Amino acid sequence: MNSELIVFLVLSLVAIATALGMLLSKNAVYSALFLVLNFVTVAIFYLLLGAPFLAMSQITVYAGAIMVLFLFVIMLLGAENLKPSNSLPWQKPLAILLSVILGVEAIYLLLARSRSALNVTAPDAALNTMDSLRNMAETLFSQFLLPFEVTSILLLVAMVGAIVLSRAEKGAAK
Amino acid sequence: MVPVEYYITLSAILFSIGALGVLSRRNPLIIFMSIELMLNAANLAFVAFARVYETFSGQIFVFFVIAVAAAEVAVGLALIVEIFKSKKNINIDEMNSLKG
Repeated sequence: MNSELIVFLVLSLVAIATALGMLLSKNAVYSALFLVLNFVTVAIFYLLLGAPFLAMSQITVYAGAIMVLFLFVIMLLGAENLKPSNSLPWQKPLAILLSVILGVEAIYLLLARSRSALNVTAPDAALNTMDSLRNMAETLFSQFLLPFEVTSILLLVAMVGAIVLSRAEKGAAK
Repeated sequence: MVPVEYYITLSAILFSIGALGVLSRRNPLIIFMSIELMLNAANLAFVAFARVYETFSGQIFVFFVIAVAAAEVAVGLALIVEIFKSKKNINIDEMNSLKG
């Protein structure tokens, strides 16, 4: 039992517990805050996996921007507590059954087909320097240049779409 | 050192919890958060394999996934706000017509 495994197990317990807390809490604000904690644990996993740039962008983009947007909308709509409806009483048991099947199946297939020799070792300090970031940037801007440009167009389309959707319609405002 | 199977198992568990959220909750905001959780589980598997095979491609895919998730949230939340403005309610059960 080395220290790295202990860190992994504790963090994965936190990750699973916060995911379940997001799912089970009645108040949507609590769900959003649980999800922020989950994103932070995933960011620490990225650090353990030697991806410091991704860890930082996970925290700024996900835990920062996206979840703040969620909290804004929850509080704007007053959607913290929706009344539980019972139009589909069999929905919850069926959902639990199906997702347990999905999880067991995924774990079984991934483990049955894995090569057991693959291990993740903690990155040494040399990996968390500017060099790894420079290598990643070189890959991004040479091998993946076209997807990068397409992503910028996607973000522009999303921005225009959000503006068009939230603008008051001219005809409806009479 | 940690076997890569542990990371993949954790990723599968988180993905299943996200799928459970999409299937069982009625609040569209919680459904959105569950989708984010599933995207994160996939990202975790990407980074774990990128580390094992010592390539940057996996990390760059995660970068793109984060950008797509941001775009998706912006448009989706604008849609939810617009539905709320026309129906005064965002319960999933009452969204059964395309025309507001």
